[in-house]
Amino acid sequence: MSDDPLTSSTFAERSRVQLAKPFLRQAVARATDTAVHDLRVRFAGHDYDGLRELGREIRADTMADLDGFLVKLTDAFAANGVQVHYAADAAEARAHILRICREADATRVVKVKSMATEEIDLNPALVADGLEVTETDLGEYVVQLDGDRPSHIIAPIIHKTRGEVRDSLSRVAGRELPDDASELTGFARERLRDAFMQADVGISGANFAIAETGTVVLVTNEGNGRMCTSMPRVHIALMGIERVIPTLEDLSVMLPLITGAGTGQLITSYVSMLSGPRGEGEPDGPEAMHVVLLDNGRRALLGTEYQEVLHCIRCGACQNVCPVYRQVGGHAYGWVYGGPIGAVLTPLFRGTVDGGELPQASSLCGACDDICPVKIPLHDLLLQLRRTRVNDGAAPWRERLAAELWAWAWSSPWRYRLVTRLGGGAMRVMAAAGLMSSLGPLGRWARGRTLPLPARRPFHTRGERDV
Amino acid sequence: MIGVGVCADTARGGHLPNTVALFPTCLGDLVTPDTVEHAQDALGACGLDVRPVRGGTCCGQPAFNAGFHDQARRVARASLRALAQTTGTIVVPAGSCAAMMSRHWVGLFAGDRDAELARHVAGRVVEFSAVLATHLDVLERRHLSWPGTAGYHDSCHMLRELRLSGEPRAVLGCVRDLELVPLASAERCCGFGGTFSVRYPEVSVAMADSKLDDARARGVDVLISADPGCLMQLGGRADRTGKTPRVIHIATLLHEAGLR
Repeated sequence: MSDDPLTSSTFAERSRVQLAKPFLRQAVARATDTAVHDLRVRFAGHDYDGLRELGREIRADTMADLDGFLVKLTDAFAANGVQVHYAADAAEARAHILRICREADATRVVKVKSMATEEIDLNPALVADGLEVTETDLGEYVVQLDGDRPSHIIAPIIHKTRGEVRDSLSRVAGRELPDDASELTGFARERLRDAFMQADVGISGANFAIAETGTVVLVTNEGNGRMCTSMPRVHIALMGIERVIPTLEDLSVMLPLITGAGTGQLITSYVSMLSGPRGEGEPDGPEAMHVVLLDNGRRALLGTEYQEVLHCIRCGACQNVCPVYRQVGGHAYGWVYGGPIGAVLTPLFRGTVDGGELPQASSLCGACDDICPVKIPLHDLLLQLRRTRVNDGAAPWRERLAAELWAWAWSSPWRYRLVTRLGGGAMRVMAAAGLMSSLGPLGRWARGRTLPLPARRPFHTRGERDV
Repeated sequence: MIGVGVCADTARGGHLPNTVALFPTCLGDLVTPDTVEHAQDALGACGLDVRPVRGGTCCGQPAFNAGFHDQARRVARASLRALAQTTGTIVVPAGSCAAMMSRHWVGLFAGDRDAELARHVAGRVVEFSAVLATHLDVLERRHLSWPGTAGYHDSCHMLRELRLSGEPRAVLGCVRDLELVPLASAERCCGFGGTFSVRYPEVSVAMADSKLDDARARGVDVLISADPGCLMQLGGRADRTGKTPRVIHIATLLHEAGLR
């Protein structure tokens, strides 16, 4: 990556930048609360938890034989006239997509919102190859105009207020646009319509791919997905290998799970099911359809304690309920995926050297576990990543020393009593002298909060009481 | 969630013998001993024979959550051995410690020489308000009174690992003149998270503010919780930012309401 926040800064540094933004918390809180509220209200009469269990079973069964389902999927695609390409990593995926664009003599590309294309950092590669790229999801369009990055899996500009969006679009318009949602979308629609008409290639992700029928499923609300995949001559879908589901019937479970968990909708405005290029005698659709299957670290998770993270359907629900994400937004996480799923995926995909800090950036509240539509135990996975970091010797020596000293003192009742008595006395002296801030970690704690001093008479020194 | 079994069900209450062991927890022992006494009094007022646990230290949670399992096990073993000397229900006036002991000790000691002991002790652990919730009739008869408005903050691990949310509210429902105001943020984390609050103090404080702002907007006099960790976080932040609302343990509220 040209500019890689994950390697050049820490979560603490990035979160400070985000916390300083005046409207970010308000914008994120409002949008995420709405999604969670809508999920609760609209699914009130449905057995959503039962559906989650079915979804979990489908995902677990699929991952138990992922290669088998990928063979079925590839065969079904081939039978439908879809060309399938396999990419072991991001570079291979970009190379496939660039080659397809060149072979199609493409100059203009339109894109549907896709986290997989973010993951492989596709847009800079397309632009470097001389292609004109237009993001057509309204949020992603604004991200592109701003040279920004999406900060939420399904709501890319959740960190922006309407005023900020107006400013971005006004710059492109060359005039001051009104602060009105329908006027703003109207302007974007005009611009994007030209892009759809002129594009040679449409690039999308895939919410699901059905092995039984060889079908790419796209779930959108703006209609741009359908335009991108039917108007240009060539359609390329980039999908993580884990997005496969076995059958069309399984989609009847996965579809309400992703729309419900994602936006609180029983179904989205558009659900596109794409099973191949334009057939003989058909009036529309692309001349050619390609699917790029992206591994990029996924297969390596099979059979490990982290396999369940492959169940993720990228709905963003864990971000919507995460109290940490609520304060700092997605950019603080430093890579493509923010929130709890990002704190798990980033170290697994990017390695623990760069991403190893992220599992610490959680208060372990477990709200993500309770909302995940496929019941991924994110809380357990975060704990496991923390444990692995310690076992691999990757924790800093100060932390290891602190843990060791603490364990020595607190593993015997008499040492515990002695050390806390001495320590409590020392803390009271320091506090009286106004030196709390120099007490290391405790001092850091005391910067924004009053640190309670240890009691003069701890409970263990108090005698029997008449109750 | 993690390995729900007999332990979790027991931690929610059930048939309780008359003698109970009160485990103060390290934070309760060292920082809020008065609260532990309030809990002791409340249990006694319910007719239970309360025996404070002597010789225990900590449940090991801070190290466990930070990934230091060996260190967590060493510390937890001291408490485990002390608890093994007691009989009856082990009452823990701290939601997340109760969750640590009843839900994670079995895994922490898996394959260890104390594995069987851990399984047995974990099965006896019950969170404080869950014990009181089995004595609502007694609480009603005591004519407890605390005039004012209150919000209840759910401790994350008590809510999501022990599934205790109705119990503390039912207990508070026995206190006359106390208006329990539902808070939109009740189930949202306060930002403590053990080492998280030291590692990322700015984020942690922002999380506390979002809860305190909600409580203030609803005009509550007091914010109640059953977890000393959350109370230290929210109370410590409230103290720096206007002193309101008062942040107290459910046992302290019951004490002030006359359960002593």
